Amino acid sequence: MTLERRRTPLKERLKIPLMLTPALAVILLLFLGGLVAGLMQSLGYFPAAGLTEFTFRHYVDAVTDRNFLISLWTTFRIAFSVTLLSTVLAVGAALVLRQRFSGSRLATFLFQIPLPVPHLVAASAVILLFSQSGLLSRIAAALGLINAPGEFPAILYDKASIGVMLSFMWKEIPFIGLVVLAILQSVGPQYEELAQTLGATKRQRLVHVLLPLIMPGVVSTWIIVFAFTFANFEIPLLLGQSFPTTLPVQAFREFQRPELTSRPTGMAIAIVLAVITVLLLIAYRRLARYSRST
Amino acid sequence: MTSTPTPELAPGPAQAVSERLLPERRQINWLRWATVTIIVVSVVLPGVSLLLRSFAFRWHYPDVVPGEWGLDAWAYTIDDTSRVFESLGNSLRIALLTTTLALLVGMPAARALGQHQFRGKRVVEWILMMPIIVPALVAAMGIHIVFIRLGLTATVLGVSLVHLIPATPYFVLVMSSVFANYSPALEETARTLGANKIRVFRYVTLPAISSGLLVACLFTFLISWSQYVTTVLIGSGILITLPMVLFPFLGQGNAAVAASITLIFVAPAVMVLILTSRSLGRGSTVMGGFGKV
Repeated sequence: MTLERRRTPLKERLKIPLMLTPALAVILLLFLGGLVAGLMQSLGYFPAAGLTEFTFRHYVDAVTDRNFLISLWTTFRIAFSVTLLSTVLAVGAALVLRQRFSGSRLATFLFQIPLPVPHLVAASAVILLFSQSGLLSRIAAALGLINAPGEFPAILYDKASIGVMLSFMWKEIPFIGLVVLAILQSVGPQYEELAQTLGATKRQRLVHVLLPLIMPGVVSTWIIVFAFTFANFEIPLLLGQSFPTTLPVQAFREFQRPELTSRPTGMAIAIVLAVITVLLLIAYRRLARYSRST
Repeated sequence: MTSTPTPELAPGPAQAVSERLLPERRQINWLRWATVTIIVVSVVLPGVSLLLRSFAFRWHYPDVVPGEWGLDAWAYTIDDTSRVFESLGNSLRIALLTTTLALLVGMPAARALGQHQFRGKRVVEWILMMPIIVPALVAAMGIHIVFIRLGLTATVLGVSLVHLIPATPYFVLVMSSVFANYSPALEETARTLGANKIRVFRYVTLPAISSGLLVACLFTFLISWSQYVTTVLIGSGILITLPMVLFPFLGQGNAAVAASITLIFVAPAVMVLILTSRSLGRGSTVMGGFGKV
């Protein structure tokens, strides 16, 4: 064993580290470097604005601001609702689309369309469709359901952030759905058929066979979608209320103020945002390890 | 890609089972019908409304179809004052550079993760996948001051480097699942037959991974293409990309112009879809990869 190891040439032993270096360098320098630089600024080390003293003042400023908790709640509420609704609808859609029937090929193709489309395009379409003078309002008027644009429910820039959620869900349902579809396909029908021959009902097959099979993949995408929605900037800025807004919008607003001294406060909000997602990631890893070991 | 045809159910016992399931059939068909309708409507309607709006000249309220058609919005969009062409050029340059950089740094790592077992693999995966979960915006905000000092703000390179933060993990994720399904045995055969490394890559590896590589590159391109806030930040508002021109129009600007810029903005995505629709469909390796993050 030791002889073997000694005989492996240096070039061979360095092969994998060398292969990993460029990508790791990019992530460590740009991403982790950026996070560390941001952390320093949030802690008051910001020589460009003449601040060199370490302090937690900016965190206290950020967290005690009356807008902070409302923004945190708004962000969380949107991300949670989008993730939950998208997951349920996506799993449902995937379970239907994996069957072959007339129209299933077309539907599966159309289902993929939102995947490469930018979120801003989804927002643009939501505005055209759901604004009070939008296409749906016109269709409702043509059907005699409403008489004036003002009677169409105001779901853009609204308190419940429905417009924001619709834009996200238009993208995220196909994303989760296609992952689930891919998993179902790679698993194949044999487990289900086995359960069926053993006398399992349709409901039992769904609950005890299909759902456990797709669960790990669903949880993975759940985390990706939640984190993405939680940190998205442009959709809530465009379609949400200007107050209360979400944490990323608030962080960026503080950060972009002309006076450089408000930057550390913006940075502190951003770091809180990052910490929440890191905690989420750790919780997920624990969960994944737990479900694998049982 | 791996789209294995589903084996047909064996005729004997399976048929007996499906006969037993007959009473449920009606309900299943209703579900199918509803799913297909919802998908068709929610994909077709946005497209139709964008087209109608961009070609509408006068569109009074209760009308479902514009009263008068016109090319005014498109004329403004292609005019220099709208800055659409300038921003389109910048968007393309940035996305192409980001894709090239992601390709260069991501390929070796994807291969190492897809084909080799080594100590610390999980830690490496953890680090490389972190930007998928932890927002790139926070890192971009932190690095902004460093980029100012290095003179990278408002440059194509600077913006591409920041786009690389979300792009690299996705590239590595997609390519490592492509490599995981690829057997290097043929490469060894080619090597023993005397082919050098470059020829092995060109004639053995590349043809085997090309469709996966295309998907990875196109998606990397689109990640950069869709970036908004990181570009605003690092571009300092001087380097304008297409979403930055679109954004104010979506707020309170001219809806027809917003629609026509949106249609230009979505064009690469539509092209990507046509190129990759086969590799994304049922049972694709690419989408399955996201389930393993």
